[in-house]
Amino acid sequence: MLRPNLRDDFPLLARTVRNGKPLVYLDSGATAQKPRAVIDAEREFYELHNGAVARGAHLLAEEATDLFEGARGDVARLVGAAHNEIVWAENATAALNLVAGGIGNASAGIGGEEAARFRIGPGDEICVTETEHHANLVPWQQLAVRTGATLRWIPVDDDGRLILDELDTLVNDRTRVLAFTHVSNLTGVISPVSTLVARAKQVGALTVLDGCQSVPHLPVDVTALDVDFMAFSAHKMLGPTGIGALYGRKELLDALPPAVFGGGAVTVVTMEKTAWHEAPMRFEAGTQPVAQAVGMGAAARYLMDIGMDAVEAHEREIAAILRGGVAELSGMRLLGPVGDEHARDVIAIAAVAVDGVHPHDVGQVLDDAGIAVRVGHHCAQPLHRRFGITGSTRASAHVYTTPDDARAFVDALATVPAFFGVNA
Amino acid sequence: MSSLEQMYQQVIMDHAREGHGRGLADLNLVQVGESHQVNTTCGDEIRLRVGLDGDRIESLTWEGQGCSISQASVSVLHDLVEGEDITEAEAAAEAFRDLMQSRGEELGDERDDLLGDATAFVGVGKYPARIKCAMLGWAAFKDAMIQARKDQS
Repeated sequence: MLRPNLRDDFPLLARTVRNGKPLVYLDSGATAQKPRAVIDAEREFYELHNGAVARGAHLLAEEATDLFEGARGDVARLVGAAHNEIVWAENATAALNLVAGGIGNASAGIGGEEAARFRIGPGDEICVTETEHHANLVPWQQLAVRTGATLRWIPVDDDGRLILDELDTLVNDRTRVLAFTHVSNLTGVISPVSTLVARAKQVGALTVLDGCQSVPHLPVDVTALDVDFMAFSAHKMLGPTGIGALYGRKELLDALPPAVFGGGAVTVVTMEKTAWHEAPMRFEAGTQPVAQAVGMGAAARYLMDIGMDAVEAHEREIAAILRGGVAELSGMRLLGPVGDEHARDVIAIAAVAVDGVHPHDVGQVLDDAGIAVRVGHHCAQPLHRRFGITGSTRASAHVYTTPDDARAFVDALATVPAFFGVNA
Repeated sequence: MSSLEQMYQQVIMDHAREGHGRGLADLNLVQVGESHQVNTTCGDEIRLRVGLDGDRIESLTWEGQGCSISQASVSVLHDLVEGEDITEAEAAAEAFRDLMQSRGEELGDERDDLLGDATAFVGVGKYPARIKCAMLGWAAFKDAMIQARKDQS
């Protein structure tokens, strides 16, 4: 059980929206609302401690550096990583591109012998899945184009679950990278991480996990999951926009060449060549979004104070109301596994395709009732295509989502077919 | 009438269902232009074809899929400009763009007459996120006209 007054921590939730209605915010999968602790951390950084990180010789520079590195430690603690295994990135997309771009640079000969382990080329394979958000598909697709490697993918069944029958063929001796999402941003299905990681290890492939939809909602421990890299963003875990993080195994981070080059990331620079810092600094060229990083640290602490086990239990409770309610409505289709027996495998999300009504039109009717949801393809076009649709309407939860919010979504959704004259 | 009802007026719902001009026509005309437009937020797309005969828009047909606003809007566009003079059609298109920018107010001038059924889209202007939906077919029309003028085959 979460604190009953927890919603009071989120100032925005008190506002009204269209027609003076109270806000029912069910778009946390796109971006979450922020608790006062996060807003205050950013504001206090600017009001009291702002200075150039790791550069100045004055008190403010020291305080700013302490807060910046302290935030890195908090984010590391949230996901079970060591302090120097967390690299700041502007968002999860940038974090994934950091890995793909670094591998691409290694393949082009950058980074010397220590980076040789990352080189890929014709005959090598990169494997993803059909459930991926575009952010964990396009960088790999383009890396394949750039290096001549072959892109393969694990397909999904009608429920959106990965089909593992052919796993040993799809992930084979030629596979160098296996990139996959922890939780689908469309179905909320949790991937079988241990099975996938075990197979990748058998063949010596690197594993890259997209943690955008898991880190905010579940206890995630990168050591237990045993992945090589994991990307996640702050703004989906109650933190600010403009900041995200990449976890990487230290020995890998220290050998991977940067994807973005510049100052602050280097030790010795001559006109001919450059030696890079150890991780994480080698990846943090240029001035970093410091206040945002401090905000992300505050978000990590806020979540740890609640306890990720409690967060998970709450997200499961809300998902059950959302998914159970939608499954009973006629004239629409709940995406992902349907039924209580699958509840263990799904979290925080219910996406629905209403027969004969476009997602934008569905979203408009919900908006009129004060309910904020995501409509469209949610940057997961291939998975929608797999389901035979072009878009859907998605409700997604976070710690402040109440059972009443979930029921309001189901009730408003029930009115949609009639509003558009579709026979349910 | 609520804002929602104002946006989804009956005339819009009817056009969305009926889809006038749906199905690309094979045109045996000197000047034919075609345009493919995508709304990247939702993936909706439209392919629209115009055929000119001198100063007249002889044919406007389209295919695609989308929300009721985008489908109704292109259906109304078809009714409004097919068979009309180019000058008049382009004046209507400009009036429609202005209507979308009017934040839910009618244009209040003689241009409302140019728009016919298209005035029903006035409510869309209150929802900035939906203006793109309403404009999808009209953007395709504008581009297709440019292509048609280039075409002298």
